[in-house]
Amino acid sequence: MKLKVNGKVHEIDSEPDTPLLWVLRDIIGLTGTKFGCGVALCGACTVHVGGEPRRSCILPVSMVGDADVLTIEAVGGTPVGKAVQDAWLKVEVVQCGYCQAGQIMQAAALLTANPAPDDGAIDRAMSGNICRCGTYPRIRAAIHAAAKQGAV
Amino acid sequence: MSMSPSMALGAAAFVFAASAAWSAGISAPGAPERPLRSVASFEGIRNQAERSAALFTEAGKVIQSPRCLNCHPATRTPTQGDDMRQHVPLMVANDGNHGPKGLPCAACHGSDNARTFAAGIASVPGNAHWQLAPIEMAWQGLTLPQICAQLKDPRRNGSRSLDQIVTHMNTDHLVGWAWDPGEGRTKAPGTQKDFGALIEAWVKTGAHCPTA
Repeated sequence: MKLKVNGKVHEIDSEPDTPLLWVLRDIIGLTGTKFGCGVALCGACTVHVGGEPRRSCILPVSMVGDADVLTIEAVGGTPVGKAVQDAWLKVEVVQCGYCQAGQIMQAAALLTANPAPDDGAIDRAMSGNICRCGTYPRIRAAIHAAAKQGAV
Repeated sequence: MSMSPSMALGAAAFVFAASAAWSAGISAPGAPERPLRSVASFEGIRNQAERSAALFTEAGKVIQSPRCLNCHPATRTPTQGDDMRQHVPLMVANDGNHGPKGLPCAACHGSDNARTFAAGIASVPGNAHWQLAPIEMAWQGLTLPQICAQLKDPRRNGSRSLDQIVTHMNTDHLVGWAWDPGEGRTKAPGTQKDFGALIEAWVKTGAHCPTA
């Protein structure tokens, strides 16, 4: 099957129920997206499919169809993704970093849907992304900072 | 993963109910583990209003199953599991019943149930129409007579006629998910066809509500 990832079309040979995450990491070699829990409970594997956030660990690759897949490797090429990554550096959000690819993809999805979220809107949209280092206050601050940049 | 007391209790009750049904000779190979009574079995109730209410009470076994109640919550947050614990992660319906801006239900719930490759949770449920019921269709916290009155009220049933309620219960794909909920989840009792037949018979007999 064909899979469009970060603007490039890949010919994929895999079982239809193979999760998108496996295809991204093991077949295409894009290892920026992380495996966390495998059951859509932690958000570490978040990518965008057709512009919407999706937990790639439980998304069968056959369900992607011809939708564009966007991963952490290319999100900086969008204005929203660039603003989020800049804010992440400015606020120094990251501690261990394992969950952060998913956090950034989820934050970019939030700011795409809601360019000026308040604390409540941030909490509601980010509630499915777990950070064991507890960087939540800095994540929230960085999302506010990205929103203020106006690039979104 | 540890089992909470309520989960353990729910599981024990289910095992008991299933084994009781088996010993009573109700189950047959391929039949639902928890069958619904047939419409014909209510014919002995001569009073039509009483028969109608009894049909709805039987259909209520489906309506009040966790598969239906979890997405008809009393608040704007769904519950999950047979013990109807709070949904993790925390989700809110938002105005369109599809989740907050930036985190739609579909972030995790795809167009079909999806198997997982991790221990503990065998599948993540999904359906093309996955969403929370609107607030006026909340069922949790209501008695069955209250749910019955709600179902008949066009202001609280999506402006449906009773015939449209029958069609909805009989054929709607998201309603049908209750009997195909994915590995690791208890199905609603009976089949969608059995359930639809009860609702249809309930409407034909005057759509009377049970009093208790």
